[in-house]
Amino acid sequence: MYPDSFAYERAESVEEALALLDEHAGAEVELLAGGHSLLPTMKSGLASPDVLIDINSIDAMQGITDEGDGLSLGALTRYADVDRSAAVWEDATAFAEATHHIGDVQVRNRGTVGGNIAHSDPASDLPAALLACGGTVVAQGPDGEREIPAEDFFEGMYATALDEDELLTRIELPRTGDGSVGAYAKKPSPSSGYAMVGVAAVLDTDGDAIESARIAANGVMDHGVRLRPVEDALAGEPLDRDTIEAAAGRAADDLDDVMMMSDLQASSEFRAQLVQVYAKRALLGAAERAGAPAPAASD
Amino acid sequence: MSIETKESEEIDIEGILGSAVERREDPALITGEADYTDDIQRPNMAHMAVLRSQYGHAAVEGIDTSGAEAMDGVLGVFTAADLDVPGEVPVGWLLPSLKTPPHPLLAEDRVRYQGDGVAIVVAEERYIARDALDAIEVDYERLDAVVDPREAVQADAPTLHDSLAEGPAEDPPEAEGESEESGANVAFDWEIGDGDATDEAFAEAAHTVEVDLENQRLIPNAMEPRATVAEYKPGTEEVDVHMTSQNPHLHRLLMSGVLGVPEHKLHINAPEVGGGFGSKIHHYPDEALATWAAMELERPVKWQATRTETYLTDAHGRDHVTHAELAMDSAGTITGMRVKTYAGMGAYLSTFAPSVPTYLYGTLLSGQYDVPAIHCNVVGAFTNGAPVDAYRGAGRPEALYVVERLITLGAREIGMDPAAFRRQNFVPSDDFPHETPVAVVYDSGDYEPALDKALEMVDYDALRERQEELREEGRYLGIGFSSYIEACGLAPSELAGQLGAQAGLWESGLVRVHPSGSVTAFCGTSGHGQGHETTYAQIVSDELGIPYEDIEIVEGDTDEIPQGMGTYGSRSAAVGGSALSTSASKVVEKARRIAAHQLEAAPADIEFEAGEFSVAGAPERSMAIQEVAQASYLAHDIPEDMEPGLEETSFYDPENFVFPFGTHVAVVEVDPESGEIDFERYVAVDDVGNQINPKIVEGQIHGGIAQGVGQALYEGAEYDDNGTLLTGSMQDYAVPKAEHIPEMEIDNTVTPSPHNPLGVKGVGEAGTIAAPQAVVNAVTDALQPFGVDHIDMPITEEKVWRAVNDAGGS
Repeated sequence: MYPDSFAYERAESVEEALALLDEHAGAEVELLAGGHSLLPTMKSGLASPDVLIDINSIDAMQGITDEGDGLSLGALTRYADVDRSAAVWEDATAFAEATHHIGDVQVRNRGTVGGNIAHSDPASDLPAALLACGGTVVAQGPDGEREIPAEDFFEGMYATALDEDELLTRIELPRTGDGSVGAYAKKPSPSSGYAMVGVAAVLDTDGDAIESARIAANGVMDHGVRLRPVEDALAGEPLDRDTIEAAAGRAADDLDDVMMMSDLQASSEFRAQLVQVYAKRALLGAAERAGAPAPAASD
Repeated sequence: MSIETKESEEIDIEGILGSAVERREDPALITGEADYTDDIQRPNMAHMAVLRSQYGHAAVEGIDTSGAEAMDGVLGVFTAADLDVPGEVPVGWLLPSLKTPPHPLLAEDRVRYQGDGVAIVVAEERYIARDALDAIEVDYERLDAVVDPREAVQADAPTLHDSLAEGPAEDPPEAEGESEESGANVAFDWEIGDGDATDEAFAEAAHTVEVDLENQRLIPNAMEPRATVAEYKPGTEEVDVHMTSQNPHLHRLLMSGVLGVPEHKLHINAPEVGGGFGSKIHHYPDEALATWAAMELERPVKWQATRTETYLTDAHGRDHVTHAELAMDSAGTITGMRVKTYAGMGAYLSTFAPSVPTYLYGTLLSGQYDVPAIHCNVVGAFTNGAPVDAYRGAGRPEALYVVERLITLGAREIGMDPAAFRRQNFVPSDDFPHETPVAVVYDSGDYEPALDKALEMVDYDALRERQEELREEGRYLGIGFSSYIEACGLAPSELAGQLGAQAGLWESGLVRVHPSGSVTAFCGTSGHGQGHETTYAQIVSDELGIPYEDIEIVEGDTDEIPQGMGTYGSRSAAVGGSALSTSASKVVEKARRIAAHQLEAAPADIEFEAGEFSVAGAPERSMAIQEVAQASYLAHDIPEDMEPGLEETSFYDPENFVFPFGTHVAVVEVDPESGEIDFERYVAVDDVGNQINPKIVEGQIHGGIAQGVGQALYEGAEYDDNGTLLTGSMQDYAVPKAEHIPEMEIDNTVTPSPHNPLGVKGVGEAGTIAAPQAVVNAVTDALQPFGVDHIDMPITEEKVWRAVNDAGGS
């Protein structure tokens, strides 16, 4: 077969999915959502699960709902639905913009938010966006539901805090204040389209000054990471270009260069440079949304 | 800017040649109606898969096929030991002192590149065949590998072919002590030009410049991977092969020798072929293996390459490491050029591989310039990579990259504007035909108008002013020129033979007018996306005065077409088109005699215009060519000494190459901080001689530039030190996407070729040849404030950033 043969199961509800996970405990099991990361690895022989559990029919995991204090994105929400959601663009601009930059139209029509987050691909666009937006991952397991802050969720390359018997059911994005702006700036690989570097920035401002900032990067380390030196350099400072440039210059300060991603397309040294450039672009993009002076044309 | 197409019905027959007629092949192609090789199904068809070495270099100590043979649905597993074939993968171009190592269809005791075939499985289903590959156990003993052509020819490099290690080549090159390389991996050591005169030019030069550059290894990426469907008919001993071929007749000739099937029993048909860029010219092992398997098992056998196999085994392109120098006098006039190149051949010699870095490379080093003395030495090296052969441009992009990089550096050294420096050194328009010091004679050319037009299009003076202004603001605009030349329609056959080609380079064309007056025309070229069905019909319609819609074009089938040399090297219009034009004019001459006979006039008094024969001075006495066709087949009343029928065949052997040319200008902005390169303009002025169909010319230029920009900025095959391909899929090898390609502004000049009946030159490779150096020259021009003179392709963001940093910083 091409790919290797596997058993196919379809879950119609979260409970059914959990029961199937339990039933196949011990076997190599993969959950099939959009399939855009999974199926290519199966076709190329890199993955050959014994069992695929198709979760696409679970109604409870679909769609975007306004919860009052924030937005809830069902894990099976397609990228295209996020990109088309005025609410996500309004409340979690960096997340919407990151989603907008994933793949192409076909990928965005099929790929899911939950699948992306659960996969924790270091070059994916959503982990940094979720970190910058202060999002929470909600997982359901045999013992019920638990909430995992984005901060604690991404643990490494394709490694997360999710247990094998758990299902990622939704993403929660907190409601932001009027002065909150965000942006995502991405350097895509010319071959794969994945992020060589992608930076998400969320600034809470009072119009003239930055009250607090959350900045995170994809593609640089083995999983999405916060760029705290940048955040620290911004907090309490005036919202202007000089502040942003100085802060962005610290983007690589806390990143361990030995552990930094390095491949044919960009060495770790160059990624350390790119993360500064793209931090600046993300911050300038956010600042522009706050009505700050338009950045210079070269950016 | 883009040219509007027209439907043929909107065009008068007098205007059909040169009009932008809509491509007639597209409706079938874009609706899925067209049949590609993998669409072909046969009753009882089996499927072949090839087990390939995962190592770049290893000894094969043993192969255990028993596990695979035991699998349900497996019909046979075969290794080199099972193949009882008389031939090996052939080399179709020989050079003096060329070493041609054995190249069996399957590796015998050694694999020499990742992808080298080790065994085949034939099974009832495609998936079973692929699964069975995993059940074959090969005992490999890993060997040291070498992937860099310059390292490969050093004496201490791992030897690929032990049979070549004993003693020097039989016919050593004449260059005395020119090369220090003595390793067993030297495939050839070739030179062209006058070494002494060139050395003298450099000794006397007021200025010299030099550059070390690489023309990186590229992977072709035709949209359709290679495929074969082979059938054997035991009753008649006929073998029918459908395959992805750019030249079915050549494949028939070569495969006939490899498998020992007489040529008249071997039928090769290229159905629709989804691109080739050269990769489907060559004779690979796989198509012959599928054919052998069909004969062995007496069942139809299909083999369809995966994209992975395409990356591993389609002949790659380029792979040059070069040191080049230019000599000038004090006034900035070029006096000499010296080039030393190490060319990677990969693990074996592919079909036309030896010609690519030699006769298709060294002969183009004069470019558009009057260079009194040139010397070029090329050392071909066996390396643990996929074989390298012709890839869109084939030798000529490598040459023009060297020339145009040197010219740009020369202008900088002299302190002249690069456009003015080019103009000063162009071959003057009154010096054609122009003989270069590297063995070719340019048929026609007029280089200044193309440069002038390009300068006007970019508004050059204003652009230079803006460049200065932007530099004041810390922004880096760059303007890059590429004044290129191309040589297409390699010819004549006699010359090709003297240069080592094991084939003639003519083309055949058969024009058959049917009794009803419609036409089928057959040509030995084999289109795979070029639009020959449209352009050839335009040529025949124009010559015969028969409506375009009444003409059908047939290519790609050895049973239908007299003979053929195929489609590559931008040869189809110049050689194939000329063959059809010549045949059509012979048809007109025969028809003229029939018309004269029926109209009771002397043939000399018969005029022919727009499909109508008439008696001079008595236009009412006339016959349409369709009526003549009918008369020719009725044969009731034709000249006594004439045979019935109305069809003619030509074997057209051109008297020379054709030499298209042009100037491309790239305008880019480079951000030293991120290394990013943004195109501001891309202007292309090409002179491809007369144009049969300007829309198709435009499409070829677009595609060529896209591929050239791909080489300049994105593409590059990378092997690690073990010979493992690191860029083995589109995930890692950046084939440019639409968003990576600049908007192209295209114009042309027209300087017809004087020696073919159509005055055409060829356009298939022009953009690919022109674009890389236009982009590289633009990027290095932008980085002049940092003192960056050269960056090797592909110019990634990281290379820009490093170049700026190494030069002292952003």
